[in-house]
Amino acid sequence: MNLNELLLKKRQTILKKWFDSVLETYPQDTANFLKRQKDQFANPVGSTIYNGMDSLLEELLNGGDTDKISTFLDNIIRIRAIQDFTPSQALAFVIQLKRVVREELINENKESQFADELLAFERRADDLMLLSFDIYMKCREKIYDLKANELRNMTSKLLERANLIFEAQYRKIDLEEVLQGNKLERGE
Amino acid sequence: MAKFTAKPAELLKIDFKTPKTDWMDTPVEIREHMYCHPSKAKDLETVGFPNIHEWKPVDENWNLPENWKETVINGIKERLQKYRSFHVFMDICVRCGACADKCHFYLGTGDPKNMPVLRAELLRSVYRKYFTTGGKIFGKTAGARELTEDVLKEIWYYYYQCTECRRCSVFCPYGIDQAEITMIGRELTNLLGLQLGWIAGPVANCYMKGNHLGLEPHTIKSNIEFMLDDIETLTGIRINPTFNRKGAEILFVTPSGDLFGVPGVYTAMGYLMLFHELGLDYTWSTYASEGGNFGFFTSNEMAKRLNSKIYAEAKRLGVKWILGGECGHMWRVLHQYMDTWNGPADFLEVPKSPITGTVFDNAKSTKMTHISEFTADLIRHGKLKLDPGRNDHLKVTFHDSCNTSRGMGMFEEPRYVIKNVCNHFYEMPENTIREKTFCCGSGTGLNASENMELRMRGGFPRANAVRYVHEQHGVNMLANICAIDRATLSASMDYWVPGVGVAGISELVANALVMKGEKERTQDLRLEPLPQKSGEKEGAENV
Repeated sequence: MNLNELLLKKRQTILKKWFDSVLETYPQDTANFLKRQKDQFANPVGSTIYNGMDSLLEELLNGGDTDKISTFLDNIIRIRAIQDFTPSQALAFVIQLKRVVREELINENKESQFADELLAFERRADDLMLLSFDIYMKCREKIYDLKANELRNMTSKLLERANLIFEAQYRKIDLEEVLQGNKLERGE
Repeated sequence: MAKFTAKPAELLKIDFKTPKTDWMDTPVEIREHMYCHPSKAKDLETVGFPNIHEWKPVDENWNLPENWKETVINGIKERLQKYRSFHVFMDICVRCGACADKCHFYLGTGDPKNMPVLRAELLRSVYRKYFTTGGKIFGKTAGARELTEDVLKEIWYYYYQCTECRRCSVFCPYGIDQAEITMIGRELTNLLGLQLGWIAGPVANCYMKGNHLGLEPHTIKSNIEFMLDDIETLTGIRINPTFNRKGAEILFVTPSGDLFGVPGVYTAMGYLMLFHELGLDYTWSTYASEGGNFGFFTSNEMAKRLNSKIYAEAKRLGVKWILGGECGHMWRVLHQYMDTWNGPADFLEVPKSPITGTVFDNAKSTKMTHISEFTADLIRHGKLKLDPGRNDHLKVTFHDSCNTSRGMGMFEEPRYVIKNVCNHFYEMPENTIREKTFCCGSGTGLNASENMELRMRGGFPRANAVRYVHEQHGVNMLANICAIDRATLSASMDYWVPGVGVAGISELVANALVMKGEKERTQDLRLEPLPQKSGEKEGAENV
């Protein structure tokens, strides 16, 4: 049996412990609720995080399709990026996977047996961490985008009406004609 | 996102355990991005709100007036005498917890003080201390606590993290309405000058100019003319609506958000096209130019003052009845309060559709009918020539606005309209629609930009259900009948479910509406290309 097979066998235990480590970052009453309520619409945060972790684990152990991994990570990080966490707290769950897996191996007394494979697995978890930084920043940047966009949407019609937007002033000019003119000027 | 607090060496020692102290012993921490900026003094002065002063939510000292405590206690006393419901709600909660996990803010923030039961308890504990014998004698044991500055700050912080959506009250076995408790809590903060800028600004503008943005008559008129230009480009038809016209049969009132914001303007274009096609004898008003009422988020009296212009204008113009546009809290106010505040509107007639002859008996008292009821009735009687194929590029789902669903029980009309003007309609899961609908997360004056994180957290349960139909059925348009929804769900979709747009139902109606004498349409109201044409449908039902 190699490490992957062992982890697949223990997948449910690992998932449970990994999910519990995230729940500990929420107040106790909330953690109980996030764990107990299984309806994905009545408990959007708990179910999204749980399903995201389940799929991440599946992908890590069975394949490693980066696009899929990005989507699953995104689902979780998108939530934690706007909750009451510092960036390190929001993303610490990724590192927690290494701890959970290592503890399972220690419990089984198989840490040294799978030393090389464990190193490779942990490297994959580190890659997840790096990917998580990118996703987290993307989420935060989106929040600032939204603020700017709202302001723009509120005022763009007014500005356009007041003829204060360049695009509105010149929208009647044929763009093709302008480009053609530019080319002629450059002697192309 | 919380502020960076850990030093490099501490980063490695993350303690994931949260404090397990009792709620009363867990002090409030006011966090940025979770609240809206305080109001400007001039806005409070305009309407004569008391105790105007400089303050910042994150400051230790809120510069409260010397007698602030007395003001709050007397404020509670006055409201206990005035509102029997408030008194009952303070007494009857058995803390069963049925409401606890029903609040979108609790679901999104995970903060126990956002459980409706606990949010109410923040104020209820003060009520017990000063107004019940048990609380006076046994104090904390009886769930009572002194009113301190920290307690006041806590009430302020969490009562502006409630959108008065009333989802919790649907699940409460006693029918306790947290929205009413929040209203009272906010009235108390208002007594101390602790109002939000995003609320006080629109209130002052409404009081001075009639609408939230303070648009003056010529601006309203030219904004609408700008829409008329676009409609002419699309259809080849020039529409000439009237403003402040005496003797019109119908006065049309809509939220001013429809006049300037995207995608609200497309909804307004929809109204204009529909009314033109019907040849409706109606008028816009530049005085009653706002259906929304942010006074409703400050105090009962202010809401009443701002609402009075609607009947006053109807009387001045001598119309027979009032038709209202797509808005959420506007309809809660009109449906539940306007009649008793500023009625009886005995100078008006019971609304009767001049096209179908239908008498809207449900509006016998208020004399004001909802555009969705009006449009559904037109379709039911086959009075509109519709080509739903023009909306074939849209896979639509419907978000029930809290106020039109839980506030006035309107579930079927909007769905009936959508199903007749669109070929692709998909419902979100049962526990997220109709009376159990999730709030957009930005109602009751919380639709500012500085509190974007709060909005995204509160909007997640709704977005999560949209994401489901987006993934299952390819839904790409979230239809609704609320101006705040149109403004705020756009941001929520952008963050949670990119690829899903937001539209008012009247926009979808106008897309499908085949107008007499129109040129062949190649674009929809957003000036985007129409899908390949399907067969036209004449007043038929598609339900």
